[in-house]
Amino acid sequence: MSHHDHSTADRGPQEIAELPKDKVARFDAALPEILRRVPPDHKEAAMLAALRRAQEIFGWLSPAAQKLAADRLGASATRAEEVATFYVMYHTRPVGRHVVEVCTNVSCSLAGGFDLFEDLKGKLALENGGTTADGRITLRQVECLGSCGTAPVMLVDEEMHEGLTPQSVTQILGGLK
Amino acid sequence: MSETLILTKRWPKKDPSLVGYRADGGYAGLEKSLGMEPVAIVEQVKASNLRGRGGAGFPTGLKWTFLPKDVRPRYLCINADESEPGTFKDRYICEYDPHMLLEGIAITCFALDIHLAYIYIRGEFAKQARALEKAIEEAVAAGIFGGPKLLGKADFPLEVHVVRGAGAYICGEESALMESVEGKKGYPRFKPPFPAIIGLWGKPTIINNVETLANVPWIVEHGAAAFAALGAGKTGGTRLFGVSGNVKRPGVYEKPAGYNLKKLIMEDCGGTASGRPVKAVIPGGSSSPVLRGDEIDISLEPDAIKSAGTMSGSGGVIVMDESVCMVRALARIAMFYAEESCGQCTPCRQGTPWMWKILEKIERGEGTMKDLALIEQLPGNIMGQTICALGDAAAMPVQSFVKKFRQEFVEHIEGRGCKHGETAWGVSRQAREALVGGNRH
Repeated sequence: MSHHDHSTADRGPQEIAELPKDKVARFDAALPEILRRVPPDHKEAAMLAALRRAQEIFGWLSPAAQKLAADRLGASATRAEEVATFYVMYHTRPVGRHVVEVCTNVSCSLAGGFDLFEDLKGKLALENGGTTADGRITLRQVECLGSCGTAPVMLVDEEMHEGLTPQSVTQILGGLK
Repeated sequence: MSETLILTKRWPKKDPSLVGYRADGGYAGLEKSLGMEPVAIVEQVKASNLRGRGGAGFPTGLKWTFLPKDVRPRYLCINADESEPGTFKDRYICEYDPHMLLEGIAITCFALDIHLAYIYIRGEFAKQARALEKAIEEAVAAGIFGGPKLLGKADFPLEVHVVRGAGAYICGEESALMESVEGKKGYPRFKPPFPAIIGLWGKPTIINNVETLANVPWIVEHGAAAFAALGAGKTGGTRLFGVSGNVKRPGVYEKPAGYNLKKLIMEDCGGTASGRPVKAVIPGGSSSPVLRGDEIDISLEPDAIKSAGTMSGSGGVIVMDESVCMVRALARIAMFYAEESCGQCTPCRQGTPWMWKILEKIERGEGTMKDLALIEQLPGNIMGQTICALGDAAAMPVQSFVKKFRQEFVEHIEGRGCKHGETAWGVSRQAREALVGGNRH
């Protein structure tokens, strides 16, 4: 699992009260749809879905956003943090407006995935996990995305792009504003 | 020669909606099930020799009989985590024929008196999760399940929900999967007790892979004997093999369970894209022990392939031609397990990054013969020492690569570097259009 480092500079809002009211309202409005899927006596089972929604609304999972999800599910803040830091798709630090994730596992690298990732690092002047200065793109390498037959592949904002070529990657990245 | 297709017969172009599925005879298996005694359905599945398609190959019907008779509620979890590197089959069932899976789920729930089922799908499969959600909506709206009755006939409330993961290989392990469904981090549980006894929220739970359950409607409709006859030995039916890497035609191929690995690679997939000889094949996902190019003339049936010292696991076949560096490939596999170790057990948490670092060191040309001795010893200290199978999964490729390609590791050490230089991943790196149609003649 990714073990995130927390630097003090970007720790973000700490308490629910510090979150924008309109966004909190959007989160609350999304809750019934999330809770519909879990037994009423196991609300905390919705933690993964609640954190996903919070991340969509707030951009990343600050301690305050994690606390909001925990509070609404009747769970502890620690429980939310445990989940937020365990799964790689949750961002516990700020990210760019777009997140580009390139698979470099075996099948993808046999089809050029590793080269593609190295090439993108050079073009965007980023290391793995870095964000461009204009806040446009966060780039990272990820593990197998389950699309080995159409390798190489990457996720852009959690949507899969398959059968990548240098040309298609340039085109996809050009469309990210 | 025409081969029977069960899972891929509607791929990839036929209408995946409920209308399309029904037009092709869909939900006839469920219809037939409702006229059967639930226990007779379980007997059918047992007699069909259906075995789990997620990797372990456990007999499905036998697993179902482990449920205690008198404990309710019971739950069904469908494993759509599909995260074993080289595996990419379940996603297509979800995309191209989601109702086949839903029908399998409905029959299974009816057979086992289960009224709540969760499809746990990896977070990265956004499109596939949407396809499943849409199919569930259609089925509920049509009264197939989700109301008080199944197909408007049998009194049987059944709820099916999609739960999306959020990026963690370990959640494909069944007990970690249940933890994740419960909204927790994915730490595997001790076994025993097995999930069929104490599972989700402490209740009896059956966990089956997507491909496994997608076979159930066909078994009910055509009978156990017909299914068993398609396979070989104690494995019934066809299997989905996902072939990737250096082959001319990568993709998912539906083949009889006892199909020949060499035939799959050299004939169905057209051999290597480069025309160079096959150097190595990972036959069943990245954790399965690697085979040399001259060892692949074997049956993929789980029991038969055991005698070749490996396994057909999740059906993910990765092919590497002669231009690929085995140290590079193994170091990447070792990195995967180091990244994905959940951190619960010390041998795995500490051992997997250690193996990775030593392998990277050898690949860079900084390794010594002492490092090689260490990398031969380390896997044995992880294997069997952890709560779940991730430790074994990390150890097996390391053991097999070093054993079968030892000379390459020695060359890296003695030559102080990788002779492949910039082309350690081989020289035929290119994207190809995959076949997702089952088989091609």
